[in-house]
Parts: sequence; C-alpha cells; structure tokens
Amino acid sequence: MAFHFTVVLVLLLLACVVVYGGLVLQRLVAPRKKMTTKSTVYECGEMPIGGAWFNFNPRFYIVALVFVVFDVEIAFTFPIGVVYRRWVEGPDWVVAAVEVAVFILVLLIGLAYVWRKGDLEWIKRIWDDRDIQAGAHRRGLP
Amino acid sequence: MQGLADAGWLAGLRLSDLLFYAVALVAVTGALAVAFGRNIVYSAFGLLLALFGVAAIYVFISADLVAVVQLLVYIGGVLVLILFAIMLTSKIGDARRSNLTLALVPGGVIFLLLLGLTVFLSLTTPWGTVAGRGLPTLRDAALEPTSERIGDALLTDFLLPFEIASVVLLAALIGAVIIARKEMRLLTTGGGQGNRP
Repeated sequence: MAFHFTVVLVLLLLACVVVYGGLVLQRLVAPRKKMTTKSTVYECGEMPIGGAWFNFNPRFYIVALVFVVFDVEIAFTFPIGVVYRRWVEGPDWVVAAVEVAVFILVLLIGLAYVWRKGDLEWIKRIWDDRDIQAGAHRRGLP
Repeated sequence: MQGLADAGWLAGLRLSDLLFYAVALVAVTGALAVAFGRNIVYSAFGLLLALFGVAAIYVFISADLVAVVQLLVYIGGVLVLILFAIMLTSKIGDARRSNLTLALVPGGVIFLLLLGLTVFLSLTTPWGTVAGRGLPTLRDAALEPTSERIGDALLTDFLLPFEIASVVLLAALIGAVIIARKEMRLLTTGGGQGNRP
C-alpha cells in the first residue's frame, strides 16, 4: 500500500512540476507585452461573452445530486467487489450474491423514481401547465 | 526518485515525517482559506485543498480505502455539488460577506469543543508510534490494504448496516431530489433571472 501511494505522490509532484515548471519557464523565456486581448479569458479563440460567474442552470444540480448518491454506492460496494470472487466460489455464495443484489436493487428503485419523475431529462418542457395558464411563456421568462 | 531514496537513506523517519507535515500544511491551509476566504467561490476551492489534505492524512494512518473514498465521494461528489450550489446562487460574485463577520461567539464555542475532542482523541488513540515520539509515521503504521478486510466485514458482521445504508441512500436521494425540484421550479418560474440554457 505504501508503494501504491508513493506512486500517487510521485505523479502528483510530476503534475505540479509540469504545470508550474511550464509557467515559470514561460515567465523566464517569453517576452512580456501587455494587451487587453491577452488578458481576456481564453475560450479556445472565441471572444468570451459576459463573465464566467453566471448562474448555472439548476438541472446540473439535480444530476450532481443523483451522482453523489451513486458515488457513495460505489464506495460501499467496492470493498465487497474486492472479496466477491472468493465469496461466490465459497460455501456462503448466497449471502454475498443476495446482499449485493438487494443493495443495488434498493438504489435502483431510487434511480427508477427520478427517471420516472423526469428529473433526469436534460431537455425539460420549459413551461408546465401552471406557467402557461399564468401566461409566463408570453412574458418571455426566463 | 533518486532524491527521495537518498533522503530516505539519510534519515528514513524524517522523510515520512516531512511528508506528513507537508500534507497537514496543505489541509490546514485549505481550511484557513475556507474560513477566511472573502469570496465564497474561493472558499469552495479551499475546501478542495482541505479535503485533499485530509485524504492524504488517511493514507498516513493506513486507511487506504477511506482515503480513496474521501477522494471519490467528497472531492468528486460533494465538493462538485457545493460548487454547483454556489454557482446556482444569483449574484454570488458580489457576495462579500465572509465568515469573519458571522457568529463569532457560537463559532468560537464550537471551535473550542471540537478542539477539545480532537486533542482528547489524539491523546487516547493507540497510534502506531516510534519509541519516544507521538507521531504516526508511514513506517510504523501497518500500511496493509484494508479493502479486503472491510469487504469481509460488510458481508459478515455489518451485513444489516450495509443494507440499511442502501435504504438511507434511497431516502436521501428521493428527499434531496424533491427539495431540489421545488427550488428548481422557483428558479425557473419565479426568479426568471440568470437562467442560461
């Protein structure tokens, strides 16, 4: 384990060297001429429109929320995945198989729920019936 | 690598101690940035640093699975969620209200209580230690992979808590989505401001 994490550490240090080394090198070597265009945000050659700190669409939030739950699921099932083969080949294979199956099934109910309720739909109907009745779509919001 | 090996030959203990202090410094710096950041977005990025430092400290106490889970869940999931929540808030760039201005007295009380708890725990925990020194080090900690043992434990002693965890996760998922859905409706219909597609 110490070895594995030393590899991680070395890679981290290498990553820092590559990033900061590059920055320091260009500081030393490159000519410095200040222009307004240069100090704008780099958007792959496009001229940026507005600031970068605008409000994100809330649908990102719901997807991130669902993601965190299944992230935790992976964290829980990972240690079982490590020993799963040994358990399945052993005498108590039913325990392992059923336990993991129940765990995943319970969370699948959650997935089915958010799916069924349309929370995962990226392109939503922007107006629900209430808004149309209220005439919001004619006022041009949002 | 050569430098590391040389330093290890020079004083093996020192190197891992040094690493530990570096990692602790990262965690504390991050935490300070969270607490004293003038801008909440920078505070969130400070949290990234703090969580990362804590993950590295988990490695030092030989909790490899917990370290990776910290990276996976807290940095990969919770932090992203926090950032989204910040970016959802309108006019967040103008917010200049730092932690310094908020609730100094209750904050101080909580700080003292937590400090006491941390000191108590760090003094009573039987760390893997070097003779005469109270610091856990890479060399003394058992540093064995723990995920197999945790997996076996989840399939035997902790079978029921494991299944209950799935129900808790389900409840959290549905509850959070219901709350978020309500707020989303408010944002899309009520506020009407700052909703870029």
